[in-house]
Amino acid sequence: MLKLENISLAVNGQNGANKEIIRGIDLEFHPNRLYAITGPNGGGKTSIAKIIMGIYKQSGGNIYLDGENINDLSVSERARKGIAYAFQQPPRFKGLTVSDLMQIARPGLDGMNLRTSLRDVGLCPEDYLDRDIGPGLSGGEIKRIEIAQLLARDAKISIFDEPEAGVDLWTIQKLIAIIMSKFRSKQGETAVIITHNENVLHIVDEIIMVEEGQIKDRGTPDEIWPLIRHEVECKMKEQCRGEMVYEI
Amino acid sequence: MKFEQLDMDLLQAVADIKGIPSGAVNIRRNGEAVFRHSSPNIIIATNPENKGLIVEVKAGTKGETVHVPVILTDSGFHDRVYNTFKIAEDAEVTIIAGCGIHNDSHSDSSHNGIHEIIVGPRAHVKYLEKHYGEGRGEGKRILNPTTVVRVENGGSIEMEMLQIKGVDDTIRTTTAYVQEKGNLKVVERLLTHGRQKAESDIRVEIEGQGAAAQILSRSVAQDDSYQLFKAALVGKNECTGHVECDAILMDKARIKSIPQLEAEDANAVLTHEAAIGKIAGEQLIKLMSLGLSEQEAIDTILEGFLR
Repeated sequence: MLKLENISLAVNGQNGANKEIIRGIDLEFHPNRLYAITGPNGGGKTSIAKIIMGIYKQSGGNIYLDGENINDLSVSERARKGIAYAFQQPPRFKGLTVSDLMQIARPGLDGMNLRTSLRDVGLCPEDYLDRDIGPGLSGGEIKRIEIAQLLARDAKISIFDEPEAGVDLWTIQKLIAIIMSKFRSKQGETAVIITHNENVLHIVDEIIMVEEGQIKDRGTPDEIWPLIRHEVECKMKEQCRGEMVYEI
Repeated sequence: MKFEQLDMDLLQAVADIKGIPSGAVNIRRNGEAVFRHSSPNIIIATNPENKGLIVEVKAGTKGETVHVPVILTDSGFHDRVYNTFKIAEDAEVTIIAGCGIHNDSHSDSSHNGIHEIIVGPRAHVKYLEKHYGEGRGEGKRILNPTTVVRVENGGSIEMEMLQIKGVDDTIRTTTAYVQEKGNLKVVERLLTHGRQKAESDIRVEIEGQGAAAQILSRSVAQDDSYQLFKAALVGKNECTGHVECDAILMDKARIKSIPQLEAEDANAVLTHEAAIGKIAGEQLIKLMSLGLSEQEAIDTILEGFLR
């Protein structure tokens, strides 16, 4: 189980003063459950994920993995303990191939499973295994490779940061389906999906609504969706001079 | 000829050979040819000035390899060699050159290899040249290759030059002339560290209609090392040319990169890209998030970049 206890994160603001962008976050992520973190842009969703992964060091609070305080563990150490994170915008690498990266993600991954991992995200292995993760791949392809790595890892906690971003609509549905089926079929793993996608919000076990660095609401989809719908509508009206941009 | 372990280690480092390879071979050690073997299609002979080799590949030869490695193991030895490679029409051949220096002394050791490569009409050549230095002495290990390439009508050559370890000073000069429908690709991979210096000066004149040339450089400069990369493409006809130099800069190293394009024909299409920068933080974090330590992540990025 992953537990976040009173987590805060302060950054330097424009005037040089510290600004708290994450405040008092208490969360627990249990095995065999799927979670969605949602909320407006800039609300702190990705920051929470990066704090869990160790990319950002929290200003206050504690993080426990299976009861062990992991505050002082590096990104690498957290990864080796079973925390995995699929970046919203994965970097490119000149000279590293898709196969290289998959083998780093899951050392010893055999050829058959490597190919299956790519097929699962809609990529033909023969066309991609030897390709550089460089400028020759589109953003959508890089994103799918990123998700394939995470699915291959069998981590205790897998965090997907907006898997829908930069991916076409047809592929989004396929990716969501594969993420769901993978995690429903496994024992003892936890998936956390940062998302704005309504379909995801309806099929997870729990939704966590994050806004202005705090947890606004949390509960089952049936409990939270009506609240979220209202919140999001209001937010959009505020942002567009009282007019709706589009129907939700 | 009996080789010592030191010789074999150097030969493996520069030419990836564990014994005497089959096919045409010339091994030069401390200024002398110590092993030579021609094949029916590839003739290796001493040049008239007795200062190097003439390697002639017969017309229509297919899929053969010629090894011409050079090793220096005597302390303070200064070697200079003039080699000519004549690849006749329609031949396909791989040339594996390369030089390794072992220097345990306080005197400098150097090798100056002057190569001329003539790629005949419709011939295809792959040229691999690896430089390597080792030894505990304070004497420098110096390699200064000069290569002139002439690609005749419809011929092509792909040159891969690699210098990864142990060479203190190098000045590499490459000049190429590409005729009608000829194709030339130069790929350089370079890693410098310590106080090493490496200069590369490439000039390619694309003379013929429909000819093409590419110069691609990937380099990493670490510690206090210095690299100078000059690449000039001259388009003298309807042709295409591209220069690309990417470099990763680390520690207190310095890199100067000077791509140059000269178009003398309105139908010449010449482009260049150049980028120098440190390892991107997000690349490191990404690999660390897969479980690699920071050093493992750096090594993985550099290994891939220089592959």
